[in-house]
Order: sequence, then structure tokens, then C-alpha cells
Amino acid sequence: MKIVVCIKQVPDTKGGVKFNPDGTLDRGAMLTIMNPDDKAGLEAALRLKEQYGAEVTVLTMGLPKADEVLREAMAMGADKGILVTDRVLGGADTWATSTTIAGAIRNLEYDLIITGRQAIDGDTAQVGPQISEHLDIPVISYAQEIKIDGDYVVVQRQYEDRYHELKAKMPCLVTALSELNEPRYMSPGGIFDAYDKEVTVWGRADLKDVDDSDLGLKGSPTKIAKASDKVKKGAGEKVVPDTPEDAVAYITGKLKEKHVI
Amino acid sequence: MGLEAYKGVYVFAQQVDNVLSGIAFELLGKAKDLAKDLDTDVTAVLIGSGVKDLADQLAEYGADKVIVVDDPELKEYRTEPYTHALASVINEYKPEIMLVGATAIGRDLGPRVSARVKTGLTADCTVLEIGDFPLNPVPGKENEQKHNQLLMTRPAFGGNTIATIACPDNRPQMATVRPGVMQKIDPIKGAKANVVEYNPGFAANDKYVEILNIVKSIKETEDIMEAKILVSGGRGVGSAENFKMLQDLADVIGGTVSCSRAVVENGWKPVDLQVGQTGKTVRPNVYFAIGISGAIQHVAGMEEADIIIAINKDEDAPIFDVADYGVVGDLHKVVPALTEALKAEMAK
Repeated sequence: MKIVVCIKQVPDTKGGVKFNPDGTLDRGAMLTIMNPDDKAGLEAALRLKEQYGAEVTVLTMGLPKADEVLREAMAMGADKGILVTDRVLGGADTWATSTTIAGAIRNLEYDLIITGRQAIDGDTAQVGPQISEHLDIPVISYAQEIKIDGDYVVVQRQYEDRYHELKAKMPCLVTALSELNEPRYMSPGGIFDAYDKEVTVWGRADLKDVDDSDLGLKGSPTKIAKASDKVKKGAGEKVVPDTPEDAVAYITGKLKEKHVI
Repeated sequence: MGLEAYKGVYVFAQQVDNVLSGIAFELLGKAKDLAKDLDTDVTAVLIGSGVKDLADQLAEYGADKVIVVDDPELKEYRTEPYTHALASVINEYKPEIMLVGATAIGRDLGPRVSARVKTGLTADCTVLEIGDFPLNPVPGKENEQKHNQLLMTRPAFGGNTIATIACPDNRPQMATVRPGVMQKIDPIKGAKANVVEYNPGFAANDKYVEILNIVKSIKETEDIMEAKILVSGGRGVGSAENFKMLQDLADVIGGTVSCSRAVVENGWKPVDLQVGQTGKTVRPNVYFAIGISGAIQHVAGMEEADIIIAINKDEDAPIFDVADYGVVGDLHKVVPALTEALKAEMAK
């Protein structure tokens, strides 16, 4: 079985968001990580590899620096890494990102493609389903469990108040939730090997069956009219009461003042 | 074909088990505003099996027209037949704007449809309005500025940045919209819509995945998005058992218990009670944030609450940056005492 896992290097919003003195986001000061949903997708692929035998290829689109996230994935156990990077691919929205990644995947053999549900920087959840549409294969989003049954993949697909157990013929694309599993750490031997393994670098010319008009900023149907860092809501009052009774008196006082009680 | 041929504001009227989802009414409310600005009408696209009689309800909430795609293949939501249904409606009727709820269904359907009809899609919008793109004309290129465009505003970066996005050269202009953000109208009793049935034909193929099993989680509470008072707990509550304390408080003041993502990850509460970026957006009158540190992803889902009361032992917890009233203290002592005090207050 051949599995392709799409991963993204993202700024870490969990370790505290850093602001410049003027209140704008200080992206340079923030660490980058492998997007959590993607990491869960990779972990799922590695477990399938252990259980059924598979070759796991990790693929990312980004700046040359995104090589780091491929190395991390290979240190966890992925077999091959592919970095898609090219100046003309920059500024892509989800449409142009998905046409790019689909163009790269057309060069590969695959039974299963796993992406994260969404990345923590954009939170759109669009690229996975859009890749599947470009490749004309079934998609199962929001996977909370992934199993293989012969030529089929069996997935628990999460909704707000239920899950569906779905069975799809491979090749199929599955988007993974971070709740899917607890990703493993890189192994010391894996880290060592990861830097010996080759990362394949592809540019525009390596993308298969994609028009220039569907790539990069120019190929993006959505355009940013305005972007701003959000003005944070001002803090209200904060009290440090001496006793729980004082705390209660404070809260009930406010609830009365606001006619809640 | 020119973009001018695309007319009307359309909404995907999501139904589950043949019951319309709240988001369908919220989208209709917003669509009515947009249609007024564009001097056009509102169409609901209703997809399912045996769903035609839901059309009147959509009319009462603002739909002028309802396109019904009814087929046995559409009984349960599945990506491919629903994508085929909605994409076919778009290709046949050519809407100018297509709105979809940012639900677990809509966030799967929207991208697949947008890729099929080749247009842009803006995810999880919180503000939609009609305006110009670019916002200000480029000097010397004033006549290239486009008017009557859908301007879609969305938070990104865990709610730390906001972007306003347009889709000037493709139609329809598609957006998914976060539940709980747009306001539905007061229903117009007895309103009728022009109901049109349309079936593009459904031929099952490998993309029609098979549903082996449907497992519904037992609803243990009412919908947190409807609650006027939310008593929300975070990691600091400490255990599933300790949530009893929050439930007692909620019972006394007629509230509902909700929680942060950490609580769901620890298995203390089910995901349908989760507030935040990956959970639900709520805007109750009162929001108690108890033992919630206030990660930006959480704040994104509750900052619109009228009154936010935070109880946390960590004086530096970021929740105090958004709380109207912050109390630094031990929730395990304050919450039970508050419940008793309110009980006494209510008995007066």
C-alpha cells in the first residue's frame, strides 16, 4: 500500500502569540511546528504502515525552510519527503494550493492520501476536499478512526452529534482530526536517518496537468481586500478577593447590577 | 459566459434527519440583507430525501424561492451525491452568491463544490456585506474597481487576525458562515415560497461511499448555542466529577454547562458542548469562564457574550483580558459558595 500524507509547517499559536509593540502579530518571533491535524494524519499513516505494511511519503508545499517539517516527519518514520516550492506558487489561496498539491500527487502512485482537517493558521479545512476533487477520488473528512479492509478504507467520520462509519474504495483521500491519536515522538535513530534521507524538491515544471492560470496568487479566485490584526477586546475589572465569600459577594453584586438575577 | 448572468443570493438549507438545521435560518436572515442591497431575491437549496415539506419553513424565514433536490441517494449526507446536487443547481441556476453553513457538513461540501464549479470559497465567515473591490479605487484605474461585490470577513490565526476577502472574477461568490453569528428573522407565519423541484440524476459510482453505520451521541443537554447563560468549565475544573459543581450552579440560575477544548480532549465532556474555534461560537447574555485559561481559540468562540465572568486561580490567565468581571480565586471554593448564595437569593 502507498500512502501520501500532506503536511504543512505553521506558526505555533499554542505557545503564546507574540505581538509587536504596535499590537500587530510578530510572526518572526513565533516558532514553527508541524500542523497538529497533519501530525495526527501522519501518525495514522505510520500506524497503518506498521499494521498492514505501507510506504509513507510526506509532501509539503511551502518555502524552502519547510524542508524542516519533512525531516521531522521522516524522523517519525515516513519513508520519503517531497517539497513543492517555487516562487510562482506563492500567494496561493485554497483553490490554487489544492491545484498545486494535486499536480504534485499526480506524479505519485497512491492508495490513500491523508491530510489534516485544517491548519491552525488558516483554519479553512478546504484544501483536503479540494485536492480530492481535482484528483476525482472520494473524500472522507473529519476522520476520528481509520482502518483498512482489503481495497477499502473504513473511517469513522465525525459530525456534531454523531459519527458515520464509512467505507470507501481506494484510492481515497481522508482528512484527519487531531483527536485521532497521540502522535509519536521522533526517535533518536530516526532523527539521524532523517538527515541522510533525500528530500525531493519539485518546482512548477514538475507539476502534472495544471495550468499556470490555476497557480499562485494569479490563479487564486479569492483576493484579500483588507487584512488587519484584530483589536483585542479591552479587559474589564479584575479583583483578588481575600475569601471565597468576598468573591461570591462581588459576583452576585455584578449579576444584580446587570439585572441577571 | 459573463459574470452578469449570475443572479440571486442562494443558501444551502442544511437538514439532518429531515429537520432543518438552525444555520439554514441564520443564512436566510443574512441572505435577505444581501439580496436587499443587490435588489435581488433569496433562494434556498434544499437537498435530501422526502424533504419537500420543509420548504414552507424556509419561506417563513425569508426564502423567496426554494429549489428542492429530492432523491433516495440523498437520505443521509454523503459528500459525492450532495456535491453533485449542489454543483448541478449552481450550474443550472447560476447564483451570484452561494452561502453554506460552516458545519461539519458544510465544511466538507463547500470546498468540494467550489472545486467542482471552479470558484473561490471563503471559510468560516463572521461578517458578510456588499461593497467595492478593491475597497478604494487604484489611482488611474478607477473604472476597474468592481461594485456590488460580496465582501467576506473571517478571523484567521486562531482569531488573532481578520481578513476581508472578495471573489471578483469567479461566480458564484461562495462563503461558509459560522453558526451562531448571523441573525435569523422573526418567522413570517404563512409565508409561501416558489418551490421548484430539480433532479440532476444520481448514478452511484466509487465516490458514493457506503455508510456502514450511524452512531448518534446521546444528547445530554440542550444546544449551547441557544443558551442565555453558559457555565463553562476548563482544564482547571480538574475532573469529569467536578463538573457536577458547575451543573449545580447552572441549575440554580437557569444556565447550561459548556466547556473548553481541553475538557473534550480529556474526555470529561462531549464535543457538542465545546466552545471555541474548533467548537461552537456562542453569544449568551452571561458567560461564566471557570478554570478556563482563555486560549485564543477559546476566546474566538465566546468573546461576543454580553457579560463575561471569569474565575481562575492564575492571576495572569489570558481569560482576564476579555472578562468583564474577573475573580482571582480557587474555583473549587468559589463556585459552590456562589451556588449557595444564588440559591438563597432566588428564594427571596
